[in-house]
Amino acid sequence: MTEMPTTPDVAYKVDALIAEDIDSYLDLHQNKGLLRFITCGSVDDGKSTLIGRLLYDSKMIFEDQLAALEADSARVGTQGKAIDFALLVDGLAAEREQGITIDVAYRFFATEKRKFIVADTPGHEQYTRNMVTGASTADLAVILIDARKGVLVQTRRHSFLAHLIGIRHLVLAVNKMDLVDYSQEVFDGIVADYAAFAKEIGIEQFTPIPISGFMGDNITAAPSANTPWYTGPSLIDHLETVEIEGAAAQARPLRMPVQWVNRPNLDFRGFSGLISEGTVKPGDAVRVIPSGKTSTIKSIVTMGADLDEAVAGQSVTLTLTDEIDCSRGDVIAAAEAPPQAADQFEATVVWMSDEALIPGRGYWLKLATQTVSATVAQPKYEIDVNSLEHLAAKTLGLNGIGVCEVTTDRPIVFEPYADSRALGGFILIDKLTNATVGAGMIHFSLRRAQNVHWQALEVGRQAHAALKGQQPAVLWFTGLSGSGKSTIANLVEKKLHAAGRHTFLLDGDNVRHGLNKDLGFTETDRIENIRRVGEVTKLMSDAGLIVLTAFISPFRAEREMVRAMLPAGEFIEIFVDTPLEVAESRDVKGLYRKAREGELKNFTGIDSPYERPEAPEIRIDTTRTSPEAAAELIVERLLGQWVPEL
Amino acid sequence: MQRLTHLDRLEAESIHIMREVVAEATNPVMLYSVGKDSAVMLHLARKAFYPAPPPFPLLHVDTTWKFRDMYALRDKAAKAAGMELLVYQNPEAVERGINPFDHGPLHTDMWKTDGLKQALDKWQFDAAFGGARRDEEKSRAKERIFSFRTATHGWDPKNQRPELWNLYNARKNKGESIRVFPLSNWTELDIWQYIMKEGIEIVPLYMAAPRPTVERDGLLLMVDDDRFPLRPGEEPVMRSIRFRTLGCYPLTGAVESTAATLSEVVQEMLLTTTSERQGRAIDKDAGGAGMEKKKQEGYF
Repeated sequence: MTEMPTTPDVAYKVDALIAEDIDSYLDLHQNKGLLRFITCGSVDDGKSTLIGRLLYDSKMIFEDQLAALEADSARVGTQGKAIDFALLVDGLAAEREQGITIDVAYRFFATEKRKFIVADTPGHEQYTRNMVTGASTADLAVILIDARKGVLVQTRRHSFLAHLIGIRHLVLAVNKMDLVDYSQEVFDGIVADYAAFAKEIGIEQFTPIPISGFMGDNITAAPSANTPWYTGPSLIDHLETVEIEGAAAQARPLRMPVQWVNRPNLDFRGFSGLISEGTVKPGDAVRVIPSGKTSTIKSIVTMGADLDEAVAGQSVTLTLTDEIDCSRGDVIAAAEAPPQAADQFEATVVWMSDEALIPGRGYWLKLATQTVSATVAQPKYEIDVNSLEHLAAKTLGLNGIGVCEVTTDRPIVFEPYADSRALGGFILIDKLTNATVGAGMIHFSLRRAQNVHWQALEVGRQAHAALKGQQPAVLWFTGLSGSGKSTIANLVEKKLHAAGRHTFLLDGDNVRHGLNKDLGFTETDRIENIRRVGEVTKLMSDAGLIVLTAFISPFRAEREMVRAMLPAGEFIEIFVDTPLEVAESRDVKGLYRKAREGELKNFTGIDSPYERPEAPEIRIDTTRTSPEAAAELIVERLLGQWVPEL
Repeated sequence: MQRLTHLDRLEAESIHIMREVVAEATNPVMLYSVGKDSAVMLHLARKAFYPAPPPFPLLHVDTTWKFRDMYALRDKAAKAAGMELLVYQNPEAVERGINPFDHGPLHTDMWKTDGLKQALDKWQFDAAFGGARRDEEKSRAKERIFSFRTATHGWDPKNQRPELWNLYNARKNKGESIRVFPLSNWTELDIWQYIMKEGIEIVPLYMAAPRPTVERDGLLLMVDDDRFPLRPGEEPVMRSIRFRTLGCYPLTGAVESTAATLSEVVQEMLLTTTSERQGRAIDKDAGGAGMEKKKQEGYF
């Protein structure tokens, strides 16, 4: 223990009070506030050492952990004989071997005044997503700088990210002051450099503190004997007293996203959720968004007793005086100042998956308690996190940050992220892997989404269909090139036509030469091709037609997107199942030969994947069924099942 | 303005997490180990869904070697909450008579690790609440609140989903399940303070009382029933002891103490310098990476 430099300024806990009057101590501690912060810096900045020091000084390290720490320090530590605090916080075995932190870890310590939750994230550029994750729940960020190195590219990156995620309190911790002889000149120089940069990106204020995580200077008390020139607070002082946004959140109009409807019996119907902004009292007028229905708060129910008031940050169950529709995803809001609903937004998107963003592809978007299908357009630009330059981009790769238009399949309740993290922040989920692949922050809804109102059509789809005496349907043929889609679709159309049905066949020939002649065969273009075909299909089915389509449509996500556009039961997926070797041996158009010879790129089945339908309505095995028999079967199913009595 | 304390904020977060699971999972369950963390978790569940009872059952993966006091409180607490209590004992472990005295690590592997997997498979639960906290152990500090398990119950620490704001992605593929830790951000002190504030009933073993004990391999063990095989020369001695953590009685070390009330227990805890899991033998396996390894194998 002798090698370890200890803080001269005592630990945070008043041992005497604990020993002498535990009940007073507990009273005091029960009423503490909570501050969540993030530390940003890389391995070399001494970040883990600083956190280890905070835990150590607040006695969050116990005797047995300390013993293990001493043993580990001697074995793999980087501080010679002294305790390597970093080992205390680097959790996973693989990381310990590499000597770096690779994930977000959460640490806890408490002082007399506050309890703290620290998100510890890695600093390297390849861990941008981890930092964004850690920052998303933080009230404050500690940006660490090595006093010997000054403001580096990574300092700028960390500051930009903290600012981007909306952290309003920044601490510039100039660390390793012991290694620059506690020089005021060095400190002032770094602060001036940082101030210039901060202003550039819109950071209005920050708190600079000269520290040594290793030696303990200005951590718990300031000024330390080594920095008599420093007049500001110690790091802990600042963390204990900085005013966080609780008051601001409560001052805003009420917002409570409904998580769950509590309906134990016929006499009780409550709406459960976490109040994200504002306050609520019985008797308050509220509006349920998006429906816009109004009511009045009857009670705020909790297990103890009903509350007179509840505020932002509390999980409650509200009952209303009226029986109005309200379910998960709705937002209960102040009646006079409700949030908007829209289906098209500009947002900053942070990409978090190895698989790049595919513009136009459908992802699940979760915002508050709403989950909808959404597409992200090609980014307007990508932001270089180091230079902060705007770059042209077609997509976003892992850790890419860009400004994009996001379109949802139905309006969602939202607020700009700058006003509300709860109603402005969203995640994107891959529909196939279910992984969280991106996160976004809404800037504003796009005017055209706000102003375009659906034309209420007098002559609707029902009327169109009734006049034709048929039920609209979409027969979606999918399969490899040369599988026989067009052949079978043509036969089906002939039979339907002969049976007096109004039909239309869309295939590559009549679409690629006109509507979609601007599209090629890259993944993005293929997705856009299918999206347009889907939209045309939808219009035609609205017109009462039975639409047949014959496209390879290789991606499951796009086929599902079209299915989702249509009323339930109208999309009939027909999988023309021909094995690759059979389709290739037929090679009617000679395309497989060209693809094999490398003359054709992105050819499905050769160098571009075909995702087989998992549960098609109809599957045709062309090795066993002739086109004629297949067409017969499809017509029989369609006319037998979907056509109403005339 | 109303100021929320850290306990208010922790409570609100845990309740929010539980409601998200109930809204998004098809068949959730709460793992209930009868310890103080389980007691807090159960209490929070009751608050989250009041006036309805929590809309999921409690599951106790039993080893048959828990303290008698634990079995008594388990049945009582489930009844008070109006919840169904499912008790699962690994049939193979029952048949082979697996016990902590003769079978060493196999005891935990079979009763707890395998037992848990079997129980989750048996009832097809797709989400299971657990009472683990991030402050307990280093590898827990990095685990998500919603932690995914493959169809074989494996945990891949390198491939965790990013968890932003309070938006939890509960979507999963068939066969996959989620372990959800609503107490992730609570510390041991928070747990104790909340128990005091809310008047939550806990197993009396947490408070000091004279109990029959033997000292063995550096642990102070309680002789809870006559299945405890005494070694030659061992004689149970009455000592005033309490437990900081509760597991199988032959594996759980007691501390000598006179702290007989909750505030005395907290006082002792704050003045003591030995961390919580030290009383359990399990973390010492495989060096510092013991718990991480156990979790990759499917231990909760």
